[in-house]
Amino acid sequence: MPVTDAPAKAQALYDARRSRVPIAPFTDDDPSLGMADGYAVQQELVKLLVADGDRIIGYKVGLTSEPMQKMIGVDSPDYGPVLASTVYRDGDTVPLDRFIQPKIEAEIVFVLGERLQGPGVTVTDARRAVAGAVAGMEIVDSRIADWRIKLADTVADLASNGAMATSSRIVPLTDLDTRLIGMTLTRNGELIDTGAGAAALGDPVAVVAWLANVLGENGIALEPGHLIMTGALHAAVPMTPGDVFRAEFDRLGPVTVRVSAGTEEAS
Amino acid sequence: MAVDTAELAARLSKAVADRTAIDQLSDDVADLDLATGYAVQRELRAAAGPLVGWKLGVTSRAKQAQVGVSAPVFGFLAGANALDLGEPLVTGELIQPRCEPEIVFILGRDLAGPHVTAADVVAASSGVAVGIEVLDSRYRDYRFTMADVVADNTSAGRFVVGNPVPPAGIDLRLIGVVLEKNGKVVATASGAASLGHPAAAVAWMVRTMAADGEGLRAGDVVLSGGLTAAVPVAPGDVVVASIDRLGTVELGCR
Repeated sequence: MPVTDAPAKAQALYDARRSRVPIAPFTDDDPSLGMADGYAVQQELVKLLVADGDRIIGYKVGLTSEPMQKMIGVDSPDYGPVLASTVYRDGDTVPLDRFIQPKIEAEIVFVLGERLQGPGVTVTDARRAVAGAVAGMEIVDSRIADWRIKLADTVADLASNGAMATSSRIVPLTDLDTRLIGMTLTRNGELIDTGAGAAALGDPVAVVAWLANVLGENGIALEPGHLIMTGALHAAVPMTPGDVFRAEFDRLGPVTVRVSAGTEEAS
Repeated sequence: MAVDTAELAARLSKAVADRTAIDQLSDDVADLDLATGYAVQRELRAAAGPLVGWKLGVTSRAKQAQVGVSAPVFGFLAGANALDLGEPLVTGELIQPRCEPEIVFILGRDLAGPHVTAADVVAASSGVAVGIEVLDSRYRDYRFTMADVVADNTSAGRFVVGNPVPPAGIDLRLIGVVLEKNGKVVATASGAASLGHPAAAVAWMVRTMAADGEGLRAGDVVLSGGLTAAVPVAPGDVVVASIDRLGTVELGCR
């Protein structure tokens, strides 16, 4: 393991999450830090969060579109765990003071029906293991100042995951071309952006296969009930108190997130 | 000041014939406005031979913001520019071709008037289909004002339309759209990318045409506006547009 002070870096991120005061990118001090270093820190950070009583209920996959990969200078996605404490329901109000510099993205989210462990997982395997899809929105946030992230920084920081909200109706994939699921994002009733499933790695189901194979290298399996966020279908949008974001997916339905300044709702 | 619309149309026709881009008309016609642009377009239309329908342009908010306007524009479709399914696009016939996916309406009956709505457009359509529009601005590097692009028949180049399906029960706002080039996804969208709803874009056009006493006729083909950024093509490229529930159209370039 190339990185020697993963626990200290994880502690810095842990403290930033609590204080909402971002830290400088790790890659400022050591530009040689790469993907493996990022995951080593991520692992330590998850240990700290789980010790506080949180638990992993799924994964998010990021950098699933070519523009995002180009921006970070990589040619593959990255992943981070989804923690139980960060999940909102459709229609919930999300207090901004839980975050440092949040943005919102519409994503197709899968609910796993069967255990899936790599290596060797194909897209067909993944499709068979998925119980169904729900409409999702991810709130991305960076504990790194001004989103000045390189790959190692964002990977360490739980792949910049902040929170998620999903609809509750699980739609089976039977007869459904996940590449072609259309999405329309509005803010306060005004159209912001559109997209389709193929924006995530060509097919959001391919994201599940990629994740299962990468986790499999470390002996980790995807479990029944896990939520898998398959990546943004459009460019992330900044959030302001009072905003109402609605992502409507063809065949899956809508999911709505209200934004408040926070204080009393913060937990 | 009187503008010689026939002379401006002749410049654009010459650009098509020479396959060579020209300077923007607005560069030396300082007061070229939208109405003049449409007057130039009417000159081109009169000389275009049999027409098969209409097309919308600048229908996405992103494009409107880019050009600094808040409304779309429209142009005509000449039968001579229709590609059949499976027919290759000969890029050498064009100046700077770019492809974009569109939702296409096929009118089942006449539709005209100043109060036409999106619902009227869907009701009057016998079918909707996937289309690929091949844009080909006659202006260097696609640099133009709104009046310029209207005069240039909204950059119309070629178009291909897939097999139509009945529009009943299809939410054209939400259907997913994927554009691939040489096997790679280059852009995605949903139908809402064109003015919030592709039928709303067509309704806007019908209302606008009504001012000139014009309208849509049964059998007209209407390209309802680009749903993604247009992708440049060269010989050897293959462009595929897929739209949920409508199907797929493939266009090879040579």
